[in-house]
Formats: sequence, structure tokens, C-alpha cells
Amino acid sequence: MGKNKNKTGSFMGIFRNQIFIPLAALLILALFNFIMDPSFFKITFGYNSVGNPVLSGYLITILDYGSELAILAIGMTLVTAASGGQDISVGAAIAIAGSVMLRVLCGTNSRPETLQAPIIVAFLVGCIVAMLFGAFNGILVAYFRVQPMVATLILYTAGRSIAAWINNNELPIISEPSFGYFGGFIPGVPIPTPFFIAVGCMIVTFLVLKFTTLGLYTQAVGINESSSRLNGLNPTFIKFFSFVLLGLCVAVAGLIKVSRLSTINYSVIAKDIEMDAILAVALGGNALSGGKFNMASSILGAYVIQFLTTTLYKFNVQSDALPAYKAVVVIVLVVMSAPAVREKLSSFMNKMKTKKSGAKEVSM
Amino acid sequence: MKNISKYFPGVKALQNVDFTLCEGEIHALMGENGAGKSTLIKVLTGVYEKDGGSIFIKGKDKAVSIRSPQDAQKLGISTVYQEITLCPNLSVAENMYIGRSKGFCQSWKKMNAAADSILSSLGIPAKSTQQLSSCSIAIQQMVAIARAVDMDCKVLILDEPTSSLDEQEVEKLFGLMRDLKARGVGIIFVTHFLDQVYEVCDKITVLRDGQLVGEYEIKDLPRVKLVSKMLGKELDDMSDIKSESAVYSGKDSDITVFEAEGLQSSAGIKPFDFHIKKGEVNGFTGLLGSGRSECVRAIFGADRVIAGKVKKNGKEIKISKPIDAMKNGIAYLPEDRKIDGIVGDLSVRENIVLALQVMKGFFKPFSKAEAYKFADEYIKLLEIKTASADTPIKSLSGGNQQKVILARWLLMNPEYLILDEPTRGIDIGTKIEIQKLVLKLASEGISVTFISSETDEMLRTCSRLVVMRDRKVVGELSGDDLTQNKIMSTIAGGEG
Repeated sequence: MGKNKNKTGSFMGIFRNQIFIPLAALLILALFNFIMDPSFFKITFGYNSVGNPVLSGYLITILDYGSELAILAIGMTLVTAASGGQDISVGAAIAIAGSVMLRVLCGTNSRPETLQAPIIVAFLVGCIVAMLFGAFNGILVAYFRVQPMVATLILYTAGRSIAAWINNNELPIISEPSFGYFGGFIPGVPIPTPFFIAVGCMIVTFLVLKFTTLGLYTQAVGINESSSRLNGLNPTFIKFFSFVLLGLCVAVAGLIKVSRLSTINYSVIAKDIEMDAILAVALGGNALSGGKFNMASSILGAYVIQFLTTTLYKFNVQSDALPAYKAVVVIVLVVMSAPAVREKLSSFMNKMKTKKSGAKEVSM
Repeated sequence: MKNISKYFPGVKALQNVDFTLCEGEIHALMGENGAGKSTLIKVLTGVYEKDGGSIFIKGKDKAVSIRSPQDAQKLGISTVYQEITLCPNLSVAENMYIGRSKGFCQSWKKMNAAADSILSSLGIPAKSTQQLSSCSIAIQQMVAIARAVDMDCKVLILDEPTSSLDEQEVEKLFGLMRDLKARGVGIIFVTHFLDQVYEVCDKITVLRDGQLVGEYEIKDLPRVKLVSKMLGKELDDMSDIKSESAVYSGKDSDITVFEAEGLQSSAGIKPFDFHIKKGEVNGFTGLLGSGRSECVRAIFGADRVIAGKVKKNGKEIKISKPIDAMKNGIAYLPEDRKIDGIVGDLSVRENIVLALQVMKGFFKPFSKAEAYKFADEYIKLLEIKTASADTPIKSLSGGNQQKVILARWLLMNPEYLILDEPTRGIDIGTKIEIQKLVLKLASEGISVTFISSETDEMLRTCSRLVVMRDRKVVGELSGDDLTQNKIMSTIAGGEG
């Protein structure tokens, strides 16, 4: 009997684990595609227009285009956990970061023959600017105690104009092919570079969470600010810091975005990506009111959303209608992952279990 | 209530418990922490769904189903919980009528007038338009009771209502309870204060480890027996633990470890001086709201210090925030466990290591194995009842939560431990354990400041008492002056 109980315990454990939700969503989506059209999973090897070996297929597309989202989800998870709110300005901030990078690369000439600065310098400057804007949000939220969504609304509104202003409203185009590597393929490597960048970010995040107390601190602050303070933490700084870290994520995502096109379109770049990033956090089963988080779950959530988008494209859903379809699926996913529903579900499971074991006892 | 059962993951919170309440009766529900009192009440009020058993109510043959707090309210069951569950940012009147208005329209004037008349009839010093959070905890509690009274309840459940009230307020509450009893209301009274049980109650039901021990007439159950029933063993003599335990006798026992001069914080206390010697246990006493918590908060840097200085071993130190105090070896167990103490969603383990982790620094996290080692050590040492070290702390009972917070600070190995109401809402067995622990720590050379609303508890542990009135230090008692009467008269300010 005791043995049996243990078994059901670990079995139930999988259900209760947070990562179960995005995992289940992923499996359902995969199953759907498998039934409708197994060619979804086909990966072909070929050569692109420049003559580089590349892998292509829907799965590759997901890994490729899900990268920015996954990177943003990392920062968004931290902000959500610490502040109990979300940053809705990440799309606009990506426009700014991207614009800054292009500006550094191009200098005053918007069609440069050669790069005016090394890419790494441009990237670092972009990082600094994005982190400054993150700090701006962080100051509003942490020090002035403005609600995160309201505080970031400012940058959400103004960000794309600022991005355009940085380049005098011109659209710089980079002709240097090596700049395109970050959003495309490195010659000789058939896997898209954004995927490597995303994996790199994940590894760094994992190491940071493992070798610092960032996770514990952000969760403690998000759950009980007052108690955290009495335990010697500085809740204000930790909230602020989470926004700065999100700024860093924004810069990395921005690099990929501008590299994909080697140019920028201020009003379209990374449009609505903030909503997808927030959804990724929610889909990962993290409470949007802050507190406990599961990073792996959020990242998986990001890929699930990209999976969904790609699936919809595959079935030739018109791009205008895309958001509506997405919304329906998202409603189902988010309701399923809501803590209230999960609690009901697990108590239902428990009841079934106790009923069963009760019956067993009687029969014995 | 018949055969009530409730299971939580890993714990059987209630097993086949019967409970009967008659009209016009005050019935005490007693038991240690985690005995299942709160759970039983939550089942009765529909907060938890029961996993077995049935509930019967007078006038109905069939068992009633209570699936939500609204169902319970309709049946005339009202509860005032141990921890206040009102909305602090609404007004007093709004809190009393929230969720009860008929229709959408609400006459604010009428509501305020009605609230005022109830408050004044119960002698509660609060105005209907006042924001609730501006009242003291005691008054907030009484507003909650007023709300229940006004709802015309047949069954009133008071879950630890007196733990944050001072004696006069308790008397007032008891008057109210007797009044309601005369009107035929059945009252379930959950408390840890034995005196109070014998003062107002008619019957006692004792629970232990989620099981029913028995129901007794109050006159059939002398105090000693009640305690042994609750603990499940004969109580060892609790009268004088001070003389049993060793006093710290190192040669540095005369050294003043911490001292404060003219300390004043933004919480509105008058400047005060303070000092504590190595291995000494002292206490702040005074009525609720007299500023005793604010004093220790100022020492710990929890409130903003606006004047005065603190010295450690004669050297001046600067404490502007809690981390400064912690680095100087001061630990502070806060008064309000729920708001300032626990980090609810985190596990017992994380809650235990939190303070030490913060001290150790951002780049040096404890490995899981280390954290488990600490957690398991203290779970064993303090006999914390939890399913495992990974259980979220919020699912523990109040007393066990308190032990976890205590473990957090003991783990820090402090030189000076401040305990603000460490025994509030905790059963008598644990209380004595904590008192003994305090004296044991002191004998090992740790200085302890102990604050409690119960004077006899202070007398048992402290060798020196700082008396406060109206946010001011009004006296200091030690040696032969440490008597109940002397303390009372100093608090009252009269000649004793």
C-alpha cells in the first residue's frame, strides 16, 4: 500500500509541476499538426541564395523566430516575479535598441559602404541604452511606486518615436553581410544563429540563477515585500534591477531583430511582442501577480507561442485574422494554466484518489 | 458536525471529528497548534470543502451542505478570524457592510449612521468613516466582530479574537459575548488563553492531532487536566522555569552589549535610551500601541531612525536599515507574522535560510544540500510540524510558522535577539518551549529582548522590564520590583 502511494505521489508530481502546462500545450499542438499534416515536422537540408548550407522546415522556423521571444521571456519573468506587474514597453524598447545599434554602425551616413564601428561596439552601446530605458521604467516602478503597466505605458507610447528620432527618421541599411549573421546563418552552419544566441542566454540565465541568489531574492520580494525588507533585502533595488536585466534582454532581442533585415522599420519592428512575452510568462504557469516563478517553464511557454503562430501560418490563416485565432487558443491555454483551475483540478484528482483508497480500505 | 475529515497533501488535518454546539452556549475549542481547530472552523464556514462527514443545523433534518462562505453566512454562521480578513483601505462602515447590501444602490449616509450606532452600542471607539487601516489591530478586530454581530448570526465563531487585545478590551469583548449568549447565539471560541476559557465558556471540546479527544463541561475539567488533555501527556511543572535554568555567568556578563541613546524613529515614539548586557533577557511592556514594538523596530532599523545613536560594545554603529542591524548581530522576530514574517509561497527551507543567505551575499548562494541540512536541523530542533522542508510555509499552522521564523533568526547565530510577541497565537506547550529556549539562549550568552502581551510570560523570562506608556518609556523594573502589581501600576501611571 505504501509503495503504491509513493508511486501515485510521483505520478501526481508531474501534473503538479509547473512545467507540465506548457509541455502539455506543446504536445497538443504537436499532435494536432501530426494528425493534420505530418509534413509539418519535415526538415530539409538545402542551400540558401548565398550558397550557405541551411536547414529549413517549420520546426526550424519555430526555433529561429521563437528566439527573441524566449530571450524576452527571461527578463519578463524576473520583472513579473519581483514587481508583480509587466513591462509593456519591450517592443518599443527593441525599436530603440535596434535604432541605436544601426546609428552606431552607420554613423551619419544612412547607406554606408563600410561599417563605421565594430558590431560589438554597436551592440554594447545598444545594451547600455536599453538598460538605461529599463532603468527608467525601474525607477518609476520601484522608487515612485507607479504600477508597472502604467509606468511602462510611457515608453510604450513614446518609444517608437524616440527610435525614429535617433536616426533622424531615416532608414539606414547595412550592406555588410556579417551583420546579417546574427539574425540569419553563419556560413557553414546550417542552424539559424538566433537559436544559438537564445541558448546562450538560457545558459547564462541558468548559471546566474544557480550561482547567485537572484531567484530567491526576486521571489521573496514579489511574495512579501515587507518581510523581505526585515530580512535585510532591499526590495526597491531588486525591483529596479529586474527592469534593468529586462533591458539587457531587450538589447539582445533587438540585435537579432535588426540583423534579420539589416535595416529597421520603426513602426513595425517587434510589434506586439510585449504581449507575446507576457503570455509566455503566463503560459509557463507563473502568476502574473508576482512571486514564485519557473524560468524553464516561461522559456518553454515562449516556444509554445511561436509554435502556435507558425502552425497558424502553415494553415494559411490570413495575417489579419491571425490574432483572433491566436486569442482563442490562448484563452484555452491560459484558463487551463490559471492557478484556480489547477487547484480545482488537483483537488478533484485528490478526491478521486481518496475515494479509491477509501474503497480499497473497506474491501480489505 | 459529525465525522468531519479533511486531508491536505501529506497531512490528515482532521479525522472523524464530532462537534456539537447548543443555542446560547459559549463553547471553547481547544488544542495545540496544528491540532485542527482552524481547519474544523474553515470546514464549518465553507472555506475548505470537507472530505468526509456531515453538518446538521437546527430546524433542518437533512445535513446541510456548506460549500462556500456565502452558504455559511446564509445559515447564520459568522466568523471572526485569528488574522484580520477585512480590507484595510476601506472605511470602517464599508468593511461592516461589504458584500451585504441589497441591490446596487447604497445610501452612504444610512450605512454610516447604522455603523455608528452599532459601534457605539458595542462601545467600540471607532468612527464609521475612518479608514480601517488607521485603527489599531485591536479595534480592527472589534470591527470584525461588530460586522458579525450585525449580521444577526446564530453561530458566531471567534478564532483567537483575544490574542491581540489588551485586558480591558478583552473584558469588553467578554461582556459582548455574554450578551450575545443571552440572546441565544451559539459561540465557538477558539483561544490559547486558559484563563479566558474558564472565565466565559460553558463547554470545552479538545482536539489533538486532528482527532477528537472529548467534549467536557467546564466544571468537570480542571485546568491541569485540560492542559494534559491538549498535550496528550502530563504537564511538567510550568510554574518557575527561570530558577531552573542557568544564568549566563561568563566573566563578561557585566558588559553592555548594545546601547541606544535618544533613539527616535519615524514611527512616532519619543526619544528613548536603552541598554542590554550580554546574556541578559529584558523586555518592553505596556499596553497595545504604547510603542513597545516601535522601540525595537527602531533598534533594528526597520523604521527610519531620525535621531539618536546606537552603540555596540561601546563603539558607535550606524543602523539605517535592517541589513546593518543584521551585520551587527541583531535579529528581529517581528510582531505581525503574516505581514512581516513569513514569505508565504516559499518553502519552509527557503524561509529558514533567507536571512542568513542575505547576510552571506548575492554571489554566494547556499547549495540545496546545505539549505536542506540547515532546514532539517532546525525542523528537528524546534520540532516544527511540517510535511517536509519543501512545504510552502503558508500551509503550516500559525505556531509552526512562528517556529520557522525563529529558526531563520537562530540560524543567523545572533548576539542580540529581539522577539516581538513570539508566542502570540501559539499553544501553551509551544509557549513554554519558546520561553525555555529564550532562557537557554541567554545562558549561552545571547542577549534577548522579549515582548509579550502576557505579563506573566514576561515575568517568567525577563530579568528587567522597560515599561512604556503613550509612546514613551515611563519606567524600568528589575529585581524585587518585578511583580504583576508593580508592572500594572507603572503602566497605569498611578502610585503603586
